[in-house]
Amino acid sequence: MQTELKEVAAKIRRDIIEEVYSAQSGHPGGSLSCADILTVLYFKVMNIDPKDPCAPGRDRLIMSKGHATPALYAAMAERGYFPTEELTTFRKIGSRLQGHPDMETLPGVDMSTGSLGQGISAAVGMALAGKLDGASYRVYAVLGDGELQEGLVWEAAMAAGHYKLDHLCAIVDNNGLQIDGPNDEVMTVEPIGDKFRSFGWNVICCDGHDTDQLAEAFEKAKAFEGKPSVIIASTVKGKGVSFMENQAGWHGKAPNKEQAEKAEKELGGEK
Amino acid sequence: MADMIATRDSFSKVLVELGEKDNNIIAMNADLSASTKTDAFEKRFPERFINAGIAECNMLGMAAGMAHCGKTVFASSFCMFASGRAFEIIRNSIAHTHANVKICASHAGLAVGEDGATHQSVEDVAIMRDIPGMTVISPADDVSARKLIKAAAAVKGPFYIRLGRAAAPVVYPEDTEFEIGKAVTVLEGSDFTVISSGCMLETALAAADILKEEGISVRVIDMHTIKPIDEDAIVRAAVETKGIVTVEDHSVIGGLGSAVAEVLCAKAPARLRTVGIRDCFGESGKPAQLYEKYGLTAADVAAAVRSLK
Repeated sequence: MQTELKEVAAKIRRDIIEEVYSAQSGHPGGSLSCADILTVLYFKVMNIDPKDPCAPGRDRLIMSKGHATPALYAAMAERGYFPTEELTTFRKIGSRLQGHPDMETLPGVDMSTGSLGQGISAAVGMALAGKLDGASYRVYAVLGDGELQEGLVWEAAMAAGHYKLDHLCAIVDNNGLQIDGPNDEVMTVEPIGDKFRSFGWNVICCDGHDTDQLAEAFEKAKAFEGKPSVIIASTVKGKGVSFMENQAGWHGKAPNKEQAEKAEKELGGEK
Repeated sequence: MADMIATRDSFSKVLVELGEKDNNIIAMNADLSASTKTDAFEKRFPERFINAGIAECNMLGMAAGMAHCGKTVFASSFCMFASGRAFEIIRNSIAHTHANVKICASHAGLAVGEDGATHQSVEDVAIMRDIPGMTVISPADDVSARKLIKAAAAVKGPFYIRLGRAAAPVVYPEDTEFEIGKAVTVLEGSDFTVISSGCMLETALAAADILKEEGISVRVIDMHTIKPIDEDAIVRAAVETKGIVTVEDHSVIGGLGSAVAEVLCAKAPARLRTVGIRDCFGESGKPAQLYEKYGLTAADVAAAVRSLK
């Protein structure tokens, strides 16, 4: 399974480069860092059917770090929600693939996000609705580590702990960087685990690029009762592309032709 | 003497009624259930009442999530905190996604009284009106509040419903029918028109009484829906009378007065005076004292009408 998922993740990474290159706009760094997380969610963990994207009983995924649309769209396209050819329309006029996810244009997007902190808040609401209905679906929310600086994240975390939403699982894409530089220089977010623990969450740590570890973390989260779970996934911003790795400058910058070709080659592409 | 009922109490009553009929109705609140009167719903349906704690942003973010899982959510706080603090959550998570969330905000305007400027929301209509697809309702009395909230519940999508803290006279007979987006001509008149929103209807009617003594015939329109606004009613008033005065417990910038001005400029240029808060903050005091000091009395409305002569 590890090999298979790794191949999918590599394809998703190549799609990310293609999308951002084609749009000459978008966020490659934080997309590459969460590519493995989304691969495991879409190809192993979530109970979803791309042919019935709005099924009431489906698991929900809220991309709270909404700027990582290149990764989200790549994962959705590879999973069969829409043709991969459509990925090159990303961020272009009239496209369903908006700069930040839009649930009204693209079936399969469970919540429109982009303004940081709001996704996790909506995810808590969805989990709460599921609990009231006695529904069996799980709710996943992917957050950036920089996003944790938003106060709303902690309002939402407090509510999830209070309502004991054990079918809610947040994943922190902990790549250590944000637009203006390293988190701990801009605004310290650590200790992330202690923070969530003190808000009543079950905390699981793993390597966010190891698909086996991620799969195991999701299993643990699913099995845990009485508290929401957060998976703090250690990741590398720009993962897989040598010149983008650990560079805050690639947060929201598109590669030129030469850079895109080099990136795709490094990611196992033909170019 | 008319019965006196605060529109927040009307909300309380109708919310329980709606809850009886529909299991999907959720009430949310941010630690103000006794003030926003959602406590009646909490008592009747504790399992469908969600207290977000003192966290209006998260209340409305969660409301969006619940709505997208099939719930009809009535989220309540004070106008100041619902519309002000949580503006961007309302804009991005609720309005942009057309979430079925009814924001029922109480404690509108200077009428909040003693709590003072920090709690007197005089900007909420302006900021909610500016959000694409947001319906903005400001009912005048108990009957209209109950009927309009019921009407809102029957329509999917986001609403901002502005409610008052203080008891207001019941103006309408129980059998009056209300339609979202259709103003009510409460008093016919041929010389001038006064258009009010919310509980200022009482003031508009009192002004019409004063002017009647002077031989001036005033039409009084209750613009309970500020968005989408009833353009026909405004155009008719512009054509059939000699000028329009708006009155609102809200800033004259961006609220009812501005909404009416937008219609007049585009469709039927006419003379307009706007009575409301004139680009300033309120302060502590009794509502009547504040209305006196900030120019929101029937005498002020009457003076504005006379200035159009």
